Amino acid sequence: MNGVRDLVPIVIGTLERRGADFATAEDAVQDALIEAFRTWPENEPRDMKGWLITVAWRKFLDRVRAESSRATREEQAFALSTEPRTTSADDTVDLYFLCAHPDLSPASAVALTLRAVGGLTTRQIAEAYLVPEATMAQRISRAKRTLSGRRLNRPGTVSDVLRVLYLVFNEGYSGDVDLAAEAIRLTRVLAASIDHPEVSGLLALMLIHHARREARFTADGGLITLVEQDRSLWDTDLIAEGIVMLQAALAREDLGEFQVQAAIAALHADAQRVEDTDWPQIVEWYDELLKLCDSPIAALNRAVAIGEADGPVAGLAELRRLDDGLPRYFAVEAHLRERSGEFEAAAKLYAKAAGKANNLAEREHLIRQAARMNAR
Amino acid sequence: MAKYLMLKHYKMAPEYMQYTPMDQWSPDEVDAHIQYMNDFADRLKETGEFVDSQALSPEGTFVRFDVDGKPPVTDGPFPETKDLIAGWMVIDVDSYDRALALAGELSAAPGAGGEPIREWLELRPFMGVTPSTTA
Repeated sequence: MNGVRDLVPIVIGTLERRGADFATAEDAVQDALIEAFRTWPENEPRDMKGWLITVAWRKFLDRVRAESSRATREEQAFALSTEPRTTSADDTVDLYFLCAHPDLSPASAVALTLRAVGGLTTRQIAEAYLVPEATMAQRISRAKRTLSGRRLNRPGTVSDVLRVLYLVFNEGYSGDVDLAAEAIRLTRVLAASIDHPEVSGLLALMLIHHARREARFTADGGLITLVEQDRSLWDTDLIAEGIVMLQAALAREDLGEFQVQAAIAALHADAQRVEDTDWPQIVEWYDELLKLCDSPIAALNRAVAIGEADGPVAGLAELRRLDDGLPRYFAVEAHLRERSGEFEAAAKLYAKAAGKANNLAEREHLIRQAARMNAR
Repeated sequence: MAKYLMLKHYKMAPEYMQYTPMDQWSPDEVDAHIQYMNDFADRLKETGEFVDSQALSPEGTFVRFDVDGKPPVTDGPFPETKDLIAGWMVIDVDSYDRALALAGELSAAPGAGGEPIREWLELRPFMGVTPSTTA
């Protein structure tokens, strides 16, 4: 049943090439997918792709016939005179761009990508994002309405596509669907189809982060920071794969945000022990990152790196230049105060940071840090 | 996307309850109010931003573990003017600004004379369970 999801964007492409419009083709393939989930466990077809195309095309015709007026019907079925395309890999890449269309809100782009490119059902996406299925269905059909009438030939840029995939990756996992693994799968497919250093950079970044997943949480879900992680739990194969991919991308000398972030992740992953971390080089990469994007979060992370490379006094000096309204600002200050031996101040700052944390695992971690300072 | 809770209160300090209480409205005004709330929820379902909406009975009990044989149930240690949650709506939106705009709209539900009641709503962001994958 697993391979079926790879087929979804290909089958949508096939329907489009037969003259179907994207919105109806996508719905028809979703209908066929749900039928596949229902009937295949009993009776799996030998030719999955052929089965999906046949059933999806029938569903498409059903949908077109169900349209009330003849005029609408013809318009719907043949509105899109598709330009000649060569392979189904092209169709799939087109779909990535379409679903990341810059006119879509991030949430809509994510939902549409997971359905049309990822081959997930509306219910699975709804469960992953903890919203009712009806809400997710609406989000997807509104996204498709937004796209109707837009030019469908690779709108936007590669960065739009990568941003969507990174959003999916960052959601992690809740419910049945492992969104981080799904984001990696989708980025692998993209990387196999288009040659772009930032696609490799993003994939490398995802692989290196994913490699540390087993080490990031205690058995009961508590957060384990990079410093405290058991590095023997890191997946060295994934790290190696990510680093090789990153090196090939960097060799092309067309630097981008994801390559730089991957380089920073790689330097962490490369250190056998936390004290082996090459902090001066990490600071240099943060300098590169700030040249590419004016991100206050990157500036905050740079202050952390400076605190490690040049000591807490230098780190605190960097920190003072930043806005204390930044998320995690006080957590960083607490850590630097602790390192400079100001335990009382650190305890207060950890508690303050806990009050501002935007997720439970982080809050509990910061409360434990405050308690640890108070117990000194 | 971020989830927000919009909390409605039955009872707050008087300076925050400056509209004619609902039981003094005409039946048509009550109908119009309820219609407004339903239409609001329908619109959010339509935009794919609706998560949940529930109302709570004003009757409730305070409970705590007790050691010395006393019944663990009381009417509550709180004064008469305590807040009383009437219900909530949970939304899933792209930004804080969108959440603010929606809460403002909900607060404008019509009351006596068809005027917006401009009740105070409490807007609270949900806390995620896990930090982002890259932490």
